[in-house]
Parts: sequence; structure tokens; C-alpha cells
Amino acid sequence: MRNSKLVTLEEAIRRSGLKDGMTISFHHHFRGGDKVVNLVVAKLAEMGFKNLHLAASSLSDVHAPLIEHIRNGVITKISTSGLRGELANEISHGLMAEPVVFRSHGGRGSAIASGELHIDVAFLGASSADELGNASGCPRSENAKSICGSLGYALPDAQYADHVVVITDDLVAYPNVPKSISACDVESVVVVDSVGDSSKISSGAIRDSKNPRDILLAQQAAKVIINSGYFKDGFSIQTGTGGASLAAVKYIRESMIEKGIKASFALGGITAHMVKLHQEGLIGRLVDVQSFDKVAAESLASDQMHQEVSAVEYASAEHLGSAVHALDIVILSALEVDEEFNVNVLVGSDGIIRGAIGGHPDTAEDSALSIIVCPLLRGRIPCVVPKVTTLITPGSSVDVVVTEYGIAVNPRRPEIADRLKEAGLKVVDIKALADKARSIIGEPDALPFGDRVVGIVMDRHGKVLDRIRNIVD
Amino acid sequence: MEIKNAVAGTLESGDIMIQMGPGEGLQIELQSSVAAQFGRQIKAVITETLEGLGIENAYVKATDKGALDCTIRARVTAAAVRATGKDVWK
Amino acid sequence: MMFVPGNNPGMMADAHIYGPDSIMLDLEDSVTMAEKDAARLLVHNALKSIDYGSTEMVVRINPLNTPYGRKDVEAVIKAGVDVIRMPKTETADEVRELEAEIIKVEEELGCVGRTQIMAAIESALGVVNAYAIATASKRMMGIALGAEDYSANLKTQRTPGGAELLLARETIVVAARAAGIACFDTVYSNLDDMETFRKEVELIKTLGFDGKSIINPRQIQVVNEVFAPSQKDIDKALRIIAAIKEAQAKGSGVIAVNGKMVDRPVVIRAERTVALAIASGILSKEDVL
Repeated sequence: MRNSKLVTLEEAIRRSGLKDGMTISFHHHFRGGDKVVNLVVAKLAEMGFKNLHLAASSLSDVHAPLIEHIRNGVITKISTSGLRGELANEISHGLMAEPVVFRSHGGRGSAIASGELHIDVAFLGASSADELGNASGCPRSENAKSICGSLGYALPDAQYADHVVVITDDLVAYPNVPKSISACDVESVVVVDSVGDSSKISSGAIRDSKNPRDILLAQQAAKVIINSGYFKDGFSIQTGTGGASLAAVKYIRESMIEKGIKASFALGGITAHMVKLHQEGLIGRLVDVQSFDKVAAESLASDQMHQEVSAVEYASAEHLGSAVHALDIVILSALEVDEEFNVNVLVGSDGIIRGAIGGHPDTAEDSALSIIVCPLLRGRIPCVVPKVTTLITPGSSVDVVVTEYGIAVNPRRPEIADRLKEAGLKVVDIKALADKARSIIGEPDALPFGDRVVGIVMDRHGKVLDRIRNIVD
Repeated sequence: MEIKNAVAGTLESGDIMIQMGPGEGLQIELQSSVAAQFGRQIKAVITETLEGLGIENAYVKATDKGALDCTIRARVTAAAVRATGKDVWK
Repeated sequence: MMFVPGNNPGMMADAHIYGPDSIMLDLEDSVTMAEKDAARLLVHNALKSIDYGSTEMVVRINPLNTPYGRKDVEAVIKAGVDVIRMPKTETADEVRELEAEIIKVEEELGCVGRTQIMAAIESALGVVNAYAIATASKRMMGIALGAEDYSANLKTQRTPGGAELLLARETIVVAARAAGIACFDTVYSNLDDMETFRKEVELIKTLGFDGKSIINPRQIQVVNEVFAPSQKDIDKALRIIAAIKEAQAKGSGVIAVNGKMVDRPVVIRAERTVALAIASGILSKEDVL
């Protein structure tokens, strides 16, 4: 084809004009199956690059090989929504001289759009692409191997990066439409054997939790929604992916059918549960920044009423048109909630980074009703605490906390507390929950934090919210 | 008091496995995912329970899976009873 | 009544959060012989330390004719158990033997009369002796059917319709009512078949049972739904109870609702309806005060 942008990875890097000290970016739509980050950074190391800033939408267990590249000075700075596994553990123990910058999905989108986070070269994996760079997370041929559905988190990178390299394992004939990433934004196209391990990108079907505690929490969360005053025809909803959060959708569905209530749209990470409700006519539209399973990815590929949005369109605080501003209800999880309703979803109670901010603060702040669902205890680890280890979502954005020992309502929302009490739900003081946890597990010792800052948490408006210190063994 | 090798408890979530054998003084080796926040407390419960049973010399290896204090007491007592043949109910 | 294996600390730690009326910690069938000592210690320490709130705590002990039974009795009474469940009860004498054992421990602790007994009937002989068992001790708070052993003893097996259990169930209800104590039905073990479970709960409610034994928190909702009285029944019951209070306040022995005299059986049924509504979570205790 004339003007073909097809080159090898090495050639694409050379053409991009990448220099030491610049910023490279990646998306995390291949989740735990991602091969793009490791592949590209290994090549950059081989080509002798140093001092790079890696700005990913998120990183996970699979990115442990970055530890070597950090030690060797290839990567000296990281921006991400989250960190997990061995990489997170090493960073928590002080692997990097410069702290990792953590942003929410909406916060990252805004920062890229405003230029605060400037990307020199974006390396964007795609499930299918043509030679000019029209790229998609949907399958477009028999050879499709690594399907992820929405590419929402990659879209700000594609739009704002100086140079965009699309990397795919399924090159298809032009034009690869409908597209997520436009050929007009793409400089090079690279074909590789595999961009992701499909078994780790997503599960194949709905998995209903059989954990009785998850079911109990889900039933309570559903009761909160139904009696909150926001459960009306035309409401909109977003759920997290925790077992309890997913199961809550099942119980809300029963009530929607019984009361003849329909939702206008579901937002965010879309799951098979949401697709089912949409196909049953209970949810009008699916607004998808990330497709969590194959059912969601297939629906996105085939259903006009199921549409992809970028991270900016999804959750930016600075863009008034972003979807979170129209969101009524969000169900979220937490590692810790404290007596001021502050939430931590990033740092474990051992002080080690083990999570991701995701859209947590974005949806909590802009939704009309934010519900945190978490057990009071995970084994001996308390989830309701006097003070969170790390502040991610300020308590001013959090309305209700659902635990198996009772439901706490933020004193800023007395009308919701009244409605829940009226419905016979067990509404308790958040401090009573924290005290209950302590009475069961005892008083934990202070964490052995060092004096180095290993992470900086930015709020969604671009201000420093909290600092994460290194942990000493 | 003679101490034989004995084990009690499991590696299931919420449990603690106590392996006990002869030792000089009370030597406690603890493995726990909540060691940073609760290691001191877990060791204190193990020590207190053994001392309550009159055991002053033993080696204890504790593999904790988030057990509560009452579970730790029960498992340490069970291991101690198995190691010494002592009847704790009298 | 929710069964919880006595050697599983993870499940014992928070069994009460699912809201069962009572929890039965099991030292018998769910615990292997090699772990009887450890489970006994675990149950003892859990009962002493864990705040189960207002949940009634039952422990199923091993039979007294095993090497474990007497030690079980001692361990659970020392931990303050509410009810000892006696497995495989066949005669009134066995109940009296357990009672003597309980008194021995209670005397030592200075708390005579605190511990109640529940007898599980799990054989043909037990069914034949149901009334004698139900009346063998003033501590007897209820009798329960154990259907697995019972159907094996009958040389049959359990079926979805439960025809093989009909006589035993009816006999147990009749014996319990005659003795003025409670009666509880057996467990249903297939967690994935909620439909058959629901039918079984409907059946035993019709037969007159006070409750159902369950093996998993997921079964609680079905039992509560089936046993929950209708709103119409609750409203009526609350009116009757209000009328009783009014009559008491006036010092009148005659109770009337809407100008009609209320008979004693109607009062009893109203009280039972309100108790069930509270147990099912429809009413709170405050609503009735």
C-alpha cells in the first residue's frame, strides 16, 4: 500500500525521534495479559536509551521485568494509576530515586489534555490495525488473538502524544473501521506475534460470586441503592469489578424488573452483567471506557447502543462534558475507609502499594450518590480504620459505606441516612464500625515507614493529595 | 516437662498452624502476612498461652493466615497438649 | 439454625453477620477423630472471645458413649454455651445422662440451670421415643430431626419430596407441641438447588416446624422469606397486641378488636406472627414496644 506506515519496532522507535529523558506512554487494556510494555521497554534498553519517563494508564503484576530496566537506568520515572505485584513491592521498598506519580483515570486524561503530562511517544497496543494505523480493540479477522474491546484509556495518548506507534498482532486490510484510534493520529504501525495473553486479558463469561460475604454485601448495597432516593426511571449507574459490586447488579436487576424502572446508561468498566441488563432492555446505553470481559468486548463490537469513550470523555474533572458529571450512582470498593469517609484503594495495610486509583475519585466526586462496599475485615486486616494509610478519595466525595456489620452514611448526607433508616436498614456510625474492627482484631502496630517518598498521589484536579513513603522491613 | 514434636491448626484463611518441638527458652518463629501490624501481638499471645500452660522451653513455628487471638490461643493450646500430653480441662 | 464446622476458625469468626437465629458449632460429624481435641479448644475459645451478639449459640457435642462427649460438655459449658445439642438421641435415659453431666460441670462453676439441651432425633427408635425425649428434662428447649442418619436407619434414602421423612417430621412436631418446646427440621445439602430447598422449607413450615437447619448463609434468605408472615397478618397481629396492652392498662380481662372479643388461640397466633416478623427482619423489636 502507498504510504504504508508498517515498520519494525526498532525502526518505529528510531523514526519517533525519541531521546533520553523523554516520556513514553502505554495503556493497560490488556490488563494482566499485557505484553506491549515489556516488549517495547526491552527494545528501548537494547537500543541504549536511558532516563525515560514511563507514563502508563496502569501497570500490574505482569510488569515485573521493569524492575531490571529501572535498576539499569532505562526507566527513571513512572506515572501510572496503579502498581501491583513485585514491581509495586520493589518500588514500595525504595527502588526508584524519583517518586512514582499516581493519577486517577480522569486525572490522567485531564493532565494529558492540558499538557501537564506531555507524552513524546505513545506505544499503543491494538487488537487490530491496518497499515495506516486505524486501530481497534475489537476483532476484525479470523486471526484476532488479543481482544480487549474499548481502547478508552489509550485515546488521550493517541490524540495528544507527539508521536504515536500502534502495535498490533492482527494486521487487517484497510480500512479497519469502525476505529478507536484514527490513522490521522498515528505515525508508525508495528506488527508483533502477540500483544497480550488473551487468557489473562479477560474472563470469558459472567462469574457469580458464591462467597457468602460478597453476597451479603451485594444485597446490602442493592438495598441502599433501591432506597437511596436515586433509584428512579432513567437513573445512571457505574459499578466496580469487585465480587460484591458485580453481584449487586444482580439484585438491582430484580428490583428494576419488579418496579418497572429502567436505567438510561451504565458507565465505566463494562462487564457481562451490564451487557445482560442492556440486552434485556433494562439499561439504555453502555458507555464503555474499558471492557472487562469477552461478553463486553463482543457487545461493543456489535451493538450501536454500546459506545466507547476516552478517559477524558469518561472522567475528566476539567471537561464539563465528561460522563461522570451525568452519573447518578456509583458502587466502589476500598482497601480502607476511615472515620472521615476518606478512601484508600492504592496502598495495602502493610504499607505496600497493591492497587490502582482507577476512576475511584473521579466517579465518587461527580456522581450524585457514591457507595463504598467493603468488608469490615479481610482476615485480620481492618478495612474501616481511624485514618487511611494513603488518601485517594477524599471523604467529602463519599456518601455511604456498606459493610457486613452495618451501613455508615456520611453526616453530610442526612437525607440519605433518613431514607435508609426508614427502609429498615442498619445505619451505624462510621466510628462504631472502626471500633468494632478494633474490638475483633486488636490494636495494630504502626507501619515501619521510612523517610523517603516513593509515590505522590495527585488529585483529579492536578494537586498533590498525599505522599507514599518507603516501607522498611 | 518433656516436649515432643506436635502440630495443630491448618493453613486455611483465618487459621494459624503451630508446629512445636523441644527448645531452649521460648523460641518463636512467625510467618504472617500481617506481621508488620500484628506480629508483636501474635507472639505475645503465643508466649502468654504457653506460659499459662507452664511451658517455658519450646521451639514454636507459627504460620499465620490472619487468625484472631482466640484462634491462636486454641491452636497453641492444642499443639501444647499434643506435645506434652497435658490435660487442659482439669 | 446455621451449622458451622467446629474446626474452621475462618467460618466461626463471622457466622453471625448473616443473621441466623442460632448458630450450631459442630464438634461431631464435621470434625475428624484426629482433630476432636483441637476443634474442642477452638469452639471453647471462640465462644469465650467472639461477640456473637444476640445470636443463640448451640454446640453439637459428640455422643457421651464416645471418648469425646464428656470433655465436649465440660469445654462448652465453661465457655458459656446457650444450648448443647445432643446427637443421635434415642431414649429419655440418654437425655438424663447428659443432664447429669451438665449439672456436674455447672455445679463446679456455680451456674446450675444455665445450659439448655436440644436433642437431635436421627433414628427410628428416636422417633418412636420422641415425646419421652422431649419431656426428659426441663432443660429441653427443642427437638430436631437429623435426616441423613434417620433415612439410612430406615434403609431408604432421601428424596426431593421427602416422603420418607413424613412420619418422623410429623411425630417430632407433635411431640414438641405436646411437650411445649420447639422443633427444628433437618438440613438440605444441595446448595445449588434453591428451588427444591424452598419447597422443603414450605413443607416443613406447613407441618408446624419452628425453623430449619441450614449449612450455608446463602440458605438463610429463603428460610426467612418462607417463614415471614404477610403484611396483612402482621398488621392484624399488631392490632391484637395493642388491644391486649390497652386491656391490661385498663385492668380489663376482656380483649376486643373492632368490637369483637379475641380468643386465647388468636392471641397466641398474633404473638407468634410478631415473633416471626421480627425473626424475618420485617419488624424490629422497637416496633413492638
